[in-house]
Amino acid sequence: MTAEYFQRDRRWHPPAYTPDYKTTVARSPNLPLLSVENSLSEITGPTFSHAGLGPLDHDLIRNFTGEEAIGERTIVHGRVLDQNGRPVKGALLEVWQANAGGRYRHKKDGYLAPVDPNFGGCGRCLTDEDGYYFFRTVKPGAYPFRSFSNSWRMAHIHFSIFGAGMTQRLITQMYFEGDPLRAQDPIANTVPDQAAIDRLVAPLDLEASVPLDSLAYRFDIVLRGRRQTMFENKLEGA
Amino acid sequence: MPLEYPKETPSQTAGPFVHIGMMPRVAGFEVFETELGQVPAAEGVPGTRITIEGRVLDGTGTPIKDALLEIWHADAEGRYAHPEDPRVNEVHEGFTGFGRCHTDLDTGTFTIETIKPGVIPGRHARPQAPHLNIWIVARGINIGLHTRMYFPDEENDDDPLLGMVEHLHRRATLVASATGENAYRFDIHLQGPQETVFLDI
Ligand SMILES: [Fe+2]
Repeated sequence: MTAEYFQRDRRWHPPAYTPDYKTTVARSPNLPLLSVENSLSEITGPTFSHAGLGPLDHDLIRNFTGEEAIGERTIVHGRVLDQNGRPVKGALLEVWQANAGGRYRHKKDGYLAPVDPNFGGCGRCLTDEDGYYFFRTVKPGAYPFRSFSNSWRMAHIHFSIFGAGMTQRLITQMYFEGDPLRAQDPIANTVPDQAAIDRLVAPLDLEASVPLDSLAYRFDIVLRGRRQTMFENKLEGA
Repeated sequence: MPLEYPKETPSQTAGPFVHIGMMPRVAGFEVFETELGQVPAAEGVPGTRITIEGRVLDGTGTPIKDALLEIWHADAEGRYAHPEDPRVNEVHEGFTGFGRCHTDLDTGTFTIETIKPGVIPGRHARPQAPHLNIWIVARGINIGLHTRMYFPDEENDDDPLLGMVEHLHRRATLVASATGENAYRFDIHLQGPQETVFLDI
């Protein structure tokens, strides 16, 4: 049972070369990508199970030391669907982020804001039968970075998503509703269409918030869809 | 007006700190009991053990030190450990074919240790030469780059994908070089005269 995936709409995604995000200038391929028909090499990809994950992997407030991290207590939740509107079950989501002060726990992060001794900054989980997932974390702080001398990243959570095959592989970033840094953020604005950036902005979800405990934000993710018709994949000599 | 489907969530760069989420030990700390993609082929999986070393070079020829690579490949008989491979039930339980590695924060070199894949069934009954599928993300890469690595000691002439590369000299960008017994070198050039062929899959 093998069906092709919809072609990726490359005009909707950020192009490789986006000079306001200066690092792309020397790291963007100049030549056209080679478009290939889906074969087994593309429609397959790694699969993951709960056996590989730990019980606190989705809880960034407590998964580093067991003590609670400092910051705005936040739930991030949503569904992973494909372009046909079908839930993507068993999708692996990995997230990473700065702490509430905008500092990453990473050897190479030199920002002057302090690390939080109880915050690692990463988590992971699998979607359920409905494509649903949730994380618990603290809201990350904005941080400066060198694109222009006074560039800032708006608050964001990095998301890595594995769907059913390498064709659906995606890394993106989630933003928070109402962030005043959006217009100047050179990385968010690598995406050419404001409507596409809107898709990365999670609205506040008051109904999913836990009273007296945590605010919630909703982030739904769409992966590439598949055609209904199968292609043949005969084994050699079969 | 053609029928509209919901659009895919747009990509954003993985940034320089991708290790935190995917290989936290590289970032400098431990949080997960098991980090994913560390053992593409466990001990006891049939096949030839291989080692691949390489770099990811930017348009100035400088190795980049914050890239993360994922490899995805078939086993020695050309079978993928995935439910849509018709021969998935024959795959050894210790084989995933999924590996993660990073370019060293100081030297920029990445290393992959796994087994050599076999010939993989292809479309229209055309077999595909043994290859690794590779996906590269880093700061300054807005959308993950797909490519393949083929082997210099295999029959690549009839491979359907290599055959589609119009500029003949560019086919070589997809073929590793041998550096010893079962050891290979594969440099990926993001830009410049030796720019690697990247794929829109
Ligand atoms: Fe970031």
